[in-house]
Amino acid sequence: MFNRNPLPWATPTGMSRRHFVKHLAGASAMAGTAAMMGQSIRVQAEEMRKNQKSAILLWMGGGPSTIDIWDLKPGAATSGPFRPISTSGDMQICEHMPETAKQMHNLSIVRSMSTREADHNRGRYYMHTGFVPNPNIEHPGYGSVIAHELFEQRQDLAIPPFVSIGGASTGPGFLGMAWAPFSVTSNGRIRNLQMNLEERRLLQRMAALDVIESGFINRTRGSAASEHQKVLKKTLDLMTSEQMEAFKVDKEPEEIKEMYGTNNFGQGCLLARRLVEAQVPFIEVDLGGWDNHAGIFPTLADTKLPQLDKAMAALTADLEQRGLLENTAIIWMGEFGRTPRINAGAGRDHWARSWSCVVGGAGLKGGLAVGETSSDGLAVETEPYSSEDLMATVCRGLGISLETTYTSKNGRPMKIAAGGKVIRELIA
Amino acid sequence: MIRPVLLLVLLSGLSTVFVSGAAHAQSSSAAEQVATINKLIEQNWADYEIRPSGVVDDAKWCRRVYLDIIGRIPTLEELAEFTSTRDRNKRQQLVQTLLYDDRYTEEYARHWATVWSNILIGRSGGTDRRSLTSRDGMQKYLRDSFAMNKPYNEMVYELVAAEGATKPGTENFNGAVNFLVDKVNDENAVLATSSVSRIFLGQQVQCTQCHNHPFNQWKQQKFWEFNAFFRQTRALRRFVDGTRDIDHAELVNEDTAGEGGDPEDAMIFYELRNGLTKVAYPVFVDGQEIGRSGFVSDSNRREELARLITGSEFMDKMYANRMWAHFLGYGFTKPVDDLGPHNPASHPELLEYLGQQIRQHSYDPKTLIEWITLSKPYQLSAQITTANEIDDPTLGEMPKFSHFYLRQMQAEQLYQSLVAATGAGAAGSYEKQEQERRKWLSQFVVAFGTDEGDEATTFNGSIPQALMMFNGDLIKQATATDKGSFLGEIVDDDTRLRAKLDAVFMAGVARRPTRMEQTMATKLLAARGGDEAAMLQDIWWALLNSNEFIMQH
Repeated sequence: MFNRNPLPWATPTGMSRRHFVKHLAGASAMAGTAAMMGQSIRVQAEEMRKNQKSAILLWMGGGPSTIDIWDLKPGAATSGPFRPISTSGDMQICEHMPETAKQMHNLSIVRSMSTREADHNRGRYYMHTGFVPNPNIEHPGYGSVIAHELFEQRQDLAIPPFVSIGGASTGPGFLGMAWAPFSVTSNGRIRNLQMNLEERRLLQRMAALDVIESGFINRTRGSAASEHQKVLKKTLDLMTSEQMEAFKVDKEPEEIKEMYGTNNFGQGCLLARRLVEAQVPFIEVDLGGWDNHAGIFPTLADTKLPQLDKAMAALTADLEQRGLLENTAIIWMGEFGRTPRINAGAGRDHWARSWSCVVGGAGLKGGLAVGETSSDGLAVETEPYSSEDLMATVCRGLGISLETTYTSKNGRPMKIAAGGKVIRELIA
Repeated sequence: MIRPVLLLVLLSGLSTVFVSGAAHAQSSSAAEQVATINKLIEQNWADYEIRPSGVVDDAKWCRRVYLDIIGRIPTLEELAEFTSTRDRNKRQQLVQTLLYDDRYTEEYARHWATVWSNILIGRSGGTDRRSLTSRDGMQKYLRDSFAMNKPYNEMVYELVAAEGATKPGTENFNGAVNFLVDKVNDENAVLATSSVSRIFLGQQVQCTQCHNHPFNQWKQQKFWEFNAFFRQTRALRRFVDGTRDIDHAELVNEDTAGEGGDPEDAMIFYELRNGLTKVAYPVFVDGQEIGRSGFVSDSNRREELARLITGSEFMDKMYANRMWAHFLGYGFTKPVDDLGPHNPASHPELLEYLGQQIRQHSYDPKTLIEWITLSKPYQLSAQITTANEIDDPTLGEMPKFSHFYLRQMQAEQLYQSLVAATGAGAAGSYEKQEQERRKWLSQFVVAFGTDEGDEATTFNGSIPQALMMFNGDLIKQATATDKGSFLGEIVDDDTRLRAKLDAVFMAGVARRPTRMEQTMATKLLAARGGDEAAMLQDIWWALLNSNEFIMQH
């Protein structure tokens, strides 16, 4: 990693010039360089950025009640009190989602999701990886996979290619810690970013560290030890990069912050847009609190849906306005849906058999409701879709080949999106 | 204090480092159990035609056992004391010192209280404003329990059956209630059901709440029968006088009429997926029934449950499995708390044996620790050889324990290690230190937003962890060079630079520097213009940030 021979004791002769400039030049020097950049280069960079794909996952931790949001059943015994309203797309959604309703021409609902995992941990794992939990193998999450695939095109990215805002997402599995989600809070403030040490001394420390690390790796021969080295490299990149400006969500104009909603999820979505602009391939924004086993309707109407509505609508509109939506996939989902039957505590329990997810952007068709559930919402009546199918569709939108295959550490081949089939209706 | 003589002792001790440690247990009271563990582990090696790695040297083993038993690395002094001893039985002696010497009682109790708090209420338990759990209360109960070496079955009984107030200093305080206090009020105590059965019996039942599990012997009926044991239990809020601010909570048992309205026959209802309603009464996992009355005076359901759990051999196996995993990095099953028939154990006979033995030895935690830490697999080096490289559980293979598995320290272990090694974070009263520690730990906890309080840690080799190790305040304190600091003491010591360098390496990674590392130090010294303190600071920083430091190996 850090050039070891000769060591950078006195002069930077031991490292490539690019490496040296990247790490040694302080923020002020970099700002100078940027100012000198010609107009044409900037335009070119702008063009490149536009062609680079990203994905944003809006993760609804706890299992959102999709029968009350995206696939209402007015008149059925299983229906809640919410009424459907018309949208800019070819479907109706919940009355508590009025802003998002205006964006539905950009987004499509998959109403025939049918999965089997109705426990939080299992559902979270399955919806994030396309695999059921298996004690013998750790599958990489979609975030790590997409980051891994799209990182190729943007080697200069110093920000970790998979950022998780306000939640932990799912780990990188056998891809290794270098592809782990970088967890940040929605205010974008990152702890311990400043070292306040002269750069040359920092590099010398890093060189000393490298000697110690490499010795240990050679002696123990385990992969656990070598993963650490890659993470150190990424950490150093990030500490010394001006790209970290992207996290300063505070710098957004007040009206933009207002538009997204001044709560954690709203600001998290705004941060996600900034990270897309900085070319981060995969961003997850978490909104928890959907595990409404009791008293579900006031919780949805008063808290959850207003937050979701504002932020999701603002994100979609903002990306579109900036010309980023055609290259940015938006995915909305949770572990599972909730029981059509309303329980004795006026809540709904876990339900995976028939529920909805939402996708859009990255060239996927918007405005559609794909698939149908029965009139009481208890069963899927058209072709059922899975986590893998949704992922395959998103990969298609992002231009990632579905033939991409990984090999797990024990030599087992693993097809990207677990061999899921593309949802045809969503492909333009 | 590091005195010159100490560094000399330290260096002389190193010459005896490479003594065999495996045979040490033979003369001990634990000999029979250790021999049986070794026999069963070796049998498995023979079956797979693998050969174990060599025995780890004394200094590294010392570091390992300090981390596992009292939750921190040894200080230079402790390391020197151990490595300079020539006694054949010194590994056993060290284990006994850590377990029984009064000097270590507090650290032992704190470490195991931390481990069990994380098991029972998670790292975020009691940290949310709305939570009824008192983390202080939980930890006080556990610290006291481990300090007095409470038998495991008693601890389980108390945790399951506890009544009383959550917060230390309140009337009726009983810290054990903090395990269940946030798990009984919502959703008919389904969280208490799944937690108690998983943590103490290794039965993963959470899916069977709603339906029969496809590959688990638990059926939906069993879930609700187990759940029925918790239906007398309520967590009551106690307010600050004259306000609506919650001061603490109290876990109580109340008579219940069940859902059928008859306290003499307190049944509960649950619903099948097809909409049919069925009835359940308290029945234990093995089919033992208790009285159906909902009156606490007739049948205290949680006490009955505690009695049944502590009589179950699943509890014995679960305890053995958890403790084995704590020391060896992997349990006999993965996940460690799933002993269901769909999840076969790597060493079923050994798991069975350890469970029986711990029951016969009155569930004495320290006895079990002695057996495990003196067993052969715990003596092995982490260096993989060609004769055992197939033994790699990260590839999905069942663990064979033919070499020590590298694993990262827990955040709590890192914190205590830095406190012990350098005095970082150790200023102020106990309460203040505990507050600092908790604040520091909280930066690594991420919640998943479910009602079950699921959480993850980013102290897992991630970038936030690396940033903290690079630049965090704790590391700044640990690498300070002013007078009286860890490095300051070493710098001021009247020895050659080489001895100082040895001391820094021993303190961090329990070995002396290699030749390459010495060369690196020489170059660093030149780069620092001959400033020894600055050079040692650079080296110490690099050591703390190395994989070798953060790994248990």
